[in-house]
Amino acid sequence: MDLSNTSLLDDAVITTKLDAVVNWGREASLWPFVFGTACCAIEFMATAASRYDISRFGAEVLRFSPRHADLLVVAGTVSHKQAPILKQIYDQMPEPKWVVAMGACASTGGFYDNYTTLQGIDEIVPVDVYIAGCPPRPEALIDAVLDIQRQLKREDNFSVKHTDYKGKLDDV
Amino acid sequence: MTFKIVEQDNIYESILDVKENQGFSLLLDITCVDNLYRKSKAPSRFELIYILRHREFKETLNIKVYVKDEAKGVKSITELFKSASWAEREVYDQYGIHFKGHPLLKRILNHEEFVGHPLRKDYGIRDAHYCTKTQDMMDELKPVLDKKNLDMHEDDLMVVNLGPSHPATHGTIRTLCALDGEKIVGSVSEIGYLHRGFEKSCENHTYNQIIPYTDRLNYCSALMNNIAFSKTIEDMLGITLPDRGIFIRTILAELSRAIDHLVCLAAGLLDMGGQTNYWYFFNPRNDAYDFLSKLTGARLTNSFMRVGGMTHDLYDGWQDDLEDVLKKIDYGITESKKMIEHNRIFNDRLQDISPVSAKDAISYGWTGPNLRASGVAYDLRFAKPYDFYDSFDFDMVVGSIGDTYDRMMVRIEEINQSMRIIRQAVKELPNGDINVDDKSIILPPKECVYGSIEGMMNQFMLTIDGVKVPAGEYYGAYEAANGELGFYVVSDGSGTPYKVKVRPPSFYHMAAYPEIIQDYQVADAILTLGSLNIIAGEMDR
Repeated sequence: MDLSNTSLLDDAVITTKLDAVVNWGREASLWPFVFGTACCAIEFMATAASRYDISRFGAEVLRFSPRHADLLVVAGTVSHKQAPILKQIYDQMPEPKWVVAMGACASTGGFYDNYTTLQGIDEIVPVDVYIAGCPPRPEALIDAVLDIQRQLKREDNFSVKHTDYKGKLDDV
Repeated sequence: MTFKIVEQDNIYESILDVKENQGFSLLLDITCVDNLYRKSKAPSRFELIYILRHREFKETLNIKVYVKDEAKGVKSITELFKSASWAEREVYDQYGIHFKGHPLLKRILNHEEFVGHPLRKDYGIRDAHYCTKTQDMMDELKPVLDKKNLDMHEDDLMVVNLGPSHPATHGTIRTLCALDGEKIVGSVSEIGYLHRGFEKSCENHTYNQIIPYTDRLNYCSALMNNIAFSKTIEDMLGITLPDRGIFIRTILAELSRAIDHLVCLAAGLLDMGGQTNYWYFFNPRNDAYDFLSKLTGARLTNSFMRVGGMTHDLYDGWQDDLEDVLKKIDYGITESKKMIEHNRIFNDRLQDISPVSAKDAISYGWTGPNLRASGVAYDLRFAKPYDFYDSFDFDMVVGSIGDTYDRMMVRIEEINQSMRIIRQAVKELPNGDINVDDKSIILPPKECVYGSIEGMMNQFMLTIDGVKVPAGEYYGAYEAANGELGFYVVSDGSGTPYKVKVRPPSFYHMAAYPEIIQDYQVADAILTLGSLNIIAGEMDR
């Protein structure tokens, strides 16, 4: 079919790029896996409850199996004991996937600068969005979801991200 | 705080004696102090502290053992108290004290690849060790199965991990179950996934700097932890807040208790599939957040209290806001109760599931609503009334057989009782100061700081050095939402505590969990965990 002669088809056909269509579909159907460990998880509960209602942004299908999810929300402190579990869950998620570090602890270890706390999950897994706050308000979490939506719009569909990332627990 | 000093070799016999002959039937906590850098000279580097409570719940007995040889250690008291098992493991993990005769003395909070004992004074606070793998736990599960004459292969059992990342474990608890069909025949739990070094951090911060850390112990009722900690330090200082301050604390503590129970019930019923209840319970909690953020500036982690008072007084128009919150909580409970009270599914799934007898509950070291559900009328607000709790008209909520149903229902009724207390306290709230009038404890008003050199120096010194607490040891107990929240604090006279040990109610509730879920189904175990309201923040610290 000669697409240059679109007038014959009238409005029945829209031409676009495959990336744009797929990303448009992904944008409002992020399925989060909530790796909730501490206080931030309670704020995640508030975000999922009816007042803030994360489903307005298409991210309400919480999946507790990493194989069903594409958005990993790390809500809370990750200790060294917890780190290999986080790594395993991240590895089990299929591409494409995005990671949100929710709150001070997940981002940097927060004020737990001590022998037991991982100083930021980016030592273990690559992070796409960091949220400040201890814990962040639900609005900040929603903002992070919107940020992920903005990021994914610019992505190529079939490329794997973060290929050059090397975490502390890789190859051990 | 007075101690009964016991020799290293006699601890088992001494505790047996006070338990059998003097009626100290509740072991609250075991901890250790490392005297390496302590100013007052002690006979040995390590000393063990055992805190017990009488069966009438009025008296506390503190036993101290100077441990001259930590490798030889002391005799384990796991045969006397079920709660001792995990408590001793924690002391071993954090301090490296050996307990002879403990069935399985291994690390509990730190991971298996950890080297050293972090709460020893010569252990650097930042000396971390990466953990690369998780343990398989079969060393713990096997003895459980052996005791029941079961074998993994012969009896065709299946091993299933509940957690550590599982929606029903609320984050960070791992339970390894051996299943016969859907029935759990043996199980063991692993904790420590949210161990974030609270106690070590306390030794490096001034008393007021610790308050934000206490927020994150039980983050579902942060204010209550603030109050419990501040109150312990105030008791050490020998000061009492002005009446208005105490009343405000009571109001906020009871509101925290109510919203803590709300989130427990919301999550518990959500696990059961009752999602509508989640909205009814969680939405009033959101309204309470609005009130608290208007008052304290934060929704969840409020850090509103200070040693000797609180940051500021209530705002104009707070009564209406608070009453509005209470009405919404009331509405949420009423509506939710309509759905569950005569609901066949709810009743059948909760009644007679994992009942815990009063005797067992005490042996496990349970306190709070879980213990009261087992029919033990123990509540610190009645047993040893602090603040003005003896002047309020409210009831203790007690269950009958201690099953999952009782544990949930006790919480629902406790919310109502908390609201009764709040309404009385609001009505009788006196005028006056909220903070103690003492320049060495409370920061001066801002106009003094900016307007006079004395005020500025006062502010500077108090911020840098912290509140100076007289040297000594103290155990302060508070009836928090989950049970008896205790702080055992050792001060050497400076502005930083020498040692802080939290007596976390959830730690002892969790220790019992793998035992009480045996012989019930996996689906029941999920609800039992929900009904115990394990908060990892305070359990693992």
